[in-house]
Amino acid sequence: MEGIARIGRYTIDLTEQMGRMMLFVLSSFAWLTRPPFRVYQIVKQLNFIGYKSTFVVVLTAVFTGMVLALQGHYTLRKFGSEAVLGSAVALSIIRELGPVLAALMVTARAGSAMTAEIGIMRITEQIDALDTMAINPLQYLIGPKLVASLIAVPLLVALFDVVGIYGGYVVGVQLLNGNEGAYWSSIESAVEWKDVYGGILKSISFGLLISWVCCYKGFHTKHSAEGLGTATTEAVVLSAVLILVWDYFLTSVLL
Amino acid sequence: MIKLVGVEKTLGGQPVLRGVDLTIPEGKLTTIIGGSGSGKSVLLKHMIGLMQPDRGEIWIDGTDIAHLKGKALNEVRKKFAMLFQNAALFDSMTVFENVAFPLREKLRLKGEVVTRRVEEKLGQVGLAGMGHKFPAELSGGMRKRAGLARALVMEPEIILFDEPTTGLDPLLAKSIHDLIVAMQQQFKFTAVMVSHEIPEIFGLSDYVAMLKNGRIIEMAPSNEFVKTTDEEIREFIFVAGTVTPKGLPTASL
Repeated sequence: MEGIARIGRYTIDLTEQMGRMMLFVLSSFAWLTRPPFRVYQIVKQLNFIGYKSTFVVVLTAVFTGMVLALQGHYTLRKFGSEAVLGSAVALSIIRELGPVLAALMVTARAGSAMTAEIGIMRITEQIDALDTMAINPLQYLIGPKLVASLIAVPLLVALFDVVGIYGGYVVGVQLLNGNEGAYWSSIESAVEWKDVYGGILKSISFGLLISWVCCYKGFHTKHSAEGLGTATTEAVVLSAVLILVWDYFLTSVLL
Repeated sequence: MIKLVGVEKTLGGQPVLRGVDLTIPEGKLTTIIGGSGSGKSVLLKHMIGLMQPDRGEIWIDGTDIAHLKGKALNEVRKKFAMLFQNAALFDSMTVFENVAFPLREKLRLKGEVVTRRVEEKLGQVGLAGMGHKFPAELSGGMRKRAGLARALVMEPEIILFDEPTTGLDPLLAKSIHDLIVAMQQQFKFTAVMVSHEIPEIFGLSDYVAMLKNGRIIEMAPSNEFVKTTDEEIREFIFVAGTVTPKGLPTASL
């Protein structure tokens, strides 16, 4: 009986937490529609989430494209199909690797920082201080991060796609002596608009997931250093898992 | 101005407040004392709506805020400021930006007006010329002063102080206490302070209330409070030996 009760309690707690998370994100968006409009905070977060993640995203993209081209070249050579290397690299990156890997990098870099920043503000009562000044913390702190993430992640994914495809070009054409014309023309013939908007759709939803989960975990950090560490770890892990799970569902719908 | 009626609150399955009845006199400094973990800070947070009671009423100038939320609660909060235990300064902003924050956010002030008011407040709390520093660069006492400047800058009607001198050495604690009393006498706001600093608080408070077992067991002007015949209270307040209540000679156990 105790086991059943424990399962029941866990299910209730989980459902409660999911409800709280939903209310959290809906309230944050609702507050954004009321003045004052936090343009400066949004721009500041765009800089932090977007611009400052550029280096790590570009680095990841370059090596992803390069390794894809490397693996693809030797695999396709067995079938005499080296000519389609460009489309293989491009489709892999645009449809899947670009959105997922860029989102994971943003989670690791910016997501964890968001959780830590908000968590420390919670522990040191800075969020309570905002409340006492009649400033809604969801509007001031959380909303701008959500909006900035929705803008920045798709842009980073686009950057990832371009750099990754070019990384593939460097290895596939320059290093492995592949046909340059074949590389680019295979991309042109294989990549369709639905591949691109599928990637955009994924990137927007990943952007929302990252900021939602990381901000929620930071906002509800328990008052201790251990609590902060737990919140940050949970935020990154949960964001990463949700990105992968949601990626599967979106892909199954889009294909 | 502030009146709590039958306030009850349970946290983590533990009853903390078990029916608190308390009226805070307007324009005076009232200190709430009690043992560690007795719920003093919890009580303070109820007054500004950071926590909501399970039962009871919390009246602020004729409005029951016990279950108020959103815009209506924010309207009431405009009368308040709070100095938190660790000052709760925004660590990504300088001292100047911290003190200017309520002026810019709530009153939408800019430029010279903000600079003048902020520098005036920093001067009053003894932090003139420190506006460019970040909270991490300040000592504990300086952070408290900066927090006090931020609390004062909007000229609120009510200021709550959550253990303002905890963690400070006796000299620094006295300077913070003196500053609070001086500001309160100058600006005549209603001050509610939670403190462990016995016997010092009797020398600076107009009223003292004691919280024990989740209820206010005694509330009186400080010169009357020390005359209590309750043995438990006397043992608590005379733990340091002697007490000098505001305006009266020293009393002892």
